[in-house]
Amino acid sequence: MQFLYGLFRRSRRYNDLSVSIQEHIAERADELMDEGMPRAQAEQRARREFGNVALIEQRSREAWQWPALESILADVKLTFRRLRKSPGFAATVLLTLAIGIGANTAVFSVLNSVLLKPLPYPDSDRLTSLWLDAPGADGLANFNSGLRLSPSMFLTFAEHNHSFESMGIWAMRYANVTGIAQPDQANAALVSGGVLESLGVPPVAGKWFSTADQDPRGSKTVMLSYGYWQRRFGGERGVIGHVIQVDGVTREIVGVMPRGFRMIDQDFDLLLPMALDRATLRMYPFGYDGIGRLKPGVSLAQADADLARLVPLWMDTWSNGPGTNSHSYEKWRIAPNFRSLKLKVVGNIGSVLWVVMATVGLVMLIACTNVANLLLVRAESRQQELAVRAALGAGLWRTARELLVESVALGLMGGVLSIGVAYAGLRLLVAIGPADLPRMSEIALDGSSLGFTLLLSVFCGLLFGLIPVLKYARTHASAGLLGANRTVSASRARHRSRNALVVAQVAMALVLLVSALLMIRTFAALRNVEPGFKDAAHLQTVNIWIPELQAPDPHTVAQMQRNIANQLAAIPGVTSVGFAAGVPMDGNDPNWDLMAVEGKKYEGGEPPLRLYNYVSPGYFHTLGTRVVAGRDFTWDDLNNVLPMVMVSENFARESWGSAAAAIGKRVRKYSSSPWQQVIGVVEDVRVHGVDDKAPAIVYWPAIFSDRYATPPQMGGLRFVTYVIHSDRAGTTGFLNEMQQAVWSVNGNVPLATVETMQNLYSQSLARTSFTLTMLAIAGSMALGLGIIGIYGVISYTVSQRTREIGIRLALGAQRSELKWMFVRSALVLTGVGVAIGLVTAAALMRLMKSLLFGISPLDPFTFITVPLVLAACAACASYLPARRAAAVNPVEALRAE
Amino acid sequence: MAKNPEHRDLFPGALEIMILQSLRLKPMHGYALVKHIKEVSDNLLQVEEGSLYPALQRMLREGWLESEVGVSSKGRPTRIYRLKEAGLRHLEKEVVSFEKMFTGITRVLAVAGV
Repeated sequence: MQFLYGLFRRSRRYNDLSVSIQEHIAERADELMDEGMPRAQAEQRARREFGNVALIEQRSREAWQWPALESILADVKLTFRRLRKSPGFAATVLLTLAIGIGANTAVFSVLNSVLLKPLPYPDSDRLTSLWLDAPGADGLANFNSGLRLSPSMFLTFAEHNHSFESMGIWAMRYANVTGIAQPDQANAALVSGGVLESLGVPPVAGKWFSTADQDPRGSKTVMLSYGYWQRRFGGERGVIGHVIQVDGVTREIVGVMPRGFRMIDQDFDLLLPMALDRATLRMYPFGYDGIGRLKPGVSLAQADADLARLVPLWMDTWSNGPGTNSHSYEKWRIAPNFRSLKLKVVGNIGSVLWVVMATVGLVMLIACTNVANLLLVRAESRQQELAVRAALGAGLWRTARELLVESVALGLMGGVLSIGVAYAGLRLLVAIGPADLPRMSEIALDGSSLGFTLLLSVFCGLLFGLIPVLKYARTHASAGLLGANRTVSASRARHRSRNALVVAQVAMALVLLVSALLMIRTFAALRNVEPGFKDAAHLQTVNIWIPELQAPDPHTVAQMQRNIANQLAAIPGVTSVGFAAGVPMDGNDPNWDLMAVEGKKYEGGEPPLRLYNYVSPGYFHTLGTRVVAGRDFTWDDLNNVLPMVMVSENFARESWGSAAAAIGKRVRKYSSSPWQQVIGVVEDVRVHGVDDKAPAIVYWPAIFSDRYATPPQMGGLRFVTYVIHSDRAGTTGFLNEMQQAVWSVNGNVPLATVETMQNLYSQSLARTSFTLTMLAIAGSMALGLGIIGIYGVISYTVSQRTREIGIRLALGAQRSELKWMFVRSALVLTGVGVAIGLVTAAALMRLMKSLLFGISPLDPFTFITVPLVLAACAACASYLPARRAAAVNPVEALRAE
Repeated sequence: MAKNPEHRDLFPGALEIMILQSLRLKPMHGYALVKHIKEVSDNLLQVEEGSLYPALQRMLREGWLESEVGVSSKGRPTRIYRLKEAGLRHLEKEVVSFEKMFTGITRVLAVAGV
């Protein structure tokens, strides 16, 4: 309001001023007439005496203005007026900018939320992932999480370190919740003491677990996530102190965590105290993620050194029972390699996001060069105006400012429009982005995204504005006023900057197309990999966990599992059913353990660790994994707990030379374990994703003899994944029938994580297909923009050289010759662009190496195809205007003079 | 671009003082101001229109003057400028400082003249 009032008052002031001045002149004229001067002469004299009315009015008005700003505002007004007069130009530029800036903002938002923003915990820079390197532990220490901690290791670390304020270990598992309506399978995070303290987020109701809650003989408690609290208890505050049944144990609800709180990178429903029992702890299992909060001022290197000295102490303190050597773990060469928790959460997604960011940035640059081209043409048509201004005394800076005001205003308008594009683009990105994109829930268009938009808008405005400025701000009064362009053809110099822009465009388009094609070839290579299973779209997987309350001993568990398999097989349309401890690409390894081949000597006395899986009869048949030699398990084998295993083909080759040679050979875990006979060999399965090589796998029967019990007794799996082959996989009706089938065996067993193998397979390709999609979009945009750029430059050249063409034709030039002349000039530009682009691409593709599979970053096919395609496009884009040039009628062209 | 409009007839502030002093006698319009100063100074001082109007606007902005709708002696619509309280205070302050300066200059000139 104040502002409007100010404007209103100002216009009244200006009016007052004019009235005063008019009266002043009139009165002086009257006076002169009184002295006897004729009216006309008197008025003229009065005016002359007064001076330049307009100038004096302007100077007087300046008392009320902020002169620099006002004159920029005037420039802006002029810009808007000119844009309104050429709506086609304005729409083209604004649309280009809105899409370009919008795409950049969207990708930046993802990049910012995932990579740049700190984790949503207080002082999160002190949160540390307790990552252990263990090069001697083979597959047990993978690149996703290093060697995980065992509870005994955690206790040693927690009690003797000097570097951490607090530390804890945690793991996810399923939990059956009963006592509220339907049986419910909930995601539970099992946390030791120190986890919540390290994360430092207070509960929204109730309190954290106390020390007593972590006592195995203490009270049984549970905490809820905000979502579970809302869903199951309607957000009722009185829920604190209530009890629920978790896996048959009555637990008191002691607290609720706030909205948005996640267990590092996992969503959860329940938090359960780990309640470690010192008396029963062994050195294994290595299955827990460790986090810690560093003391202020302690560096990661110091923490590494501090805990490195505790590894031997751990070996001194704990044991795997009588007759075992606790120092055998020295072979694993365990060493702390702690890193910030953020680094652990973000993982290696960074390379994908940076590539995508660079890609859209490059597209933006190409778009900017197109806009710069358009602005150049506009500036050229204004050359006369600029020359007049220069002649009237406009300095270099004044002209530059006017041109820049126009381009920055365009940039900012594009920026405003781009926010809508960014919003839509962000939703699209999240939808097509890899499902395992970390911190997905935190992605949003926030203040820093908008700040980025603003910066980018101004930057783009300056960037594409600078080119006309460099070219035209220096315009000399003479050049434009002489009307040089009426009499001579365009000089080389006039086209130099536009040509440079085309070369830059072609080079950038080439880089993008090369990267897009490399990704397409990567994807094709991945699709061609035999994953070790078939017909993934018709394979349904479902996790079933049988709690002790439902089946107390392994026999009952096995019986229930077999019954469930039979019921599932009886569903109409089901062709076969099997189950296993884990299915390919589900992101979890059932077990890693030692495996010795009979008659083989091992370095250091102990055999290497191998990946284990536990499978039912018919599992391989269902999955479509070929049995290469020998035979599959039968239910009789399982029921009699016969000492037998199956192995993967690569294990067989490595150990005995061929698949056939493996049959009948014997292997065992430890020197004290019984020998197991190899009865079958199956083809290799890429369990860790198509881009990772198939590991050697030992397949145990789903019912096996317990490794530590003497005499051997039956052990079984409580958690298995069923694989069901059916044409109806993935449909809702099928899911309901599966549920009925399972509940007909036991009504208290819930189904969890229902997936198809196709989903798991696609997820393992998700990063590649996401990068591919982004690069393909960017590549085709770059190609399109590049073609428009070449077409624009050639057709502008043609229009500028019409007179010259006319003369040439009049003097007898061949039309085909003329056509070729223009196409040739386009090809020369393209050639230079391609050469620069190839060198750049060769240098840049090395950075993409980690995203490629099966092809070299300098793939010859790609590096030959793309330049050819670009050259063909350039030829086509220049042919149309060239044909127009050749069609020029020399008489008309010359008459236009 | 317009050059700096701070062109002064005598020395900085003199024009303002003359305008303020003139308006102290009675409110006047622009032309009357020019004539008044010319007459009172016996044609020794001539106010340039090019300086008068920007100065008037500056003084309006400072709040030393106010303008009101009025008619000239010939009956034409114009704006009459009137001294405000703040303007009067400014005038008195400036007069004192000018007098000091004049005294100083006079003394220096007197010494040089011996």
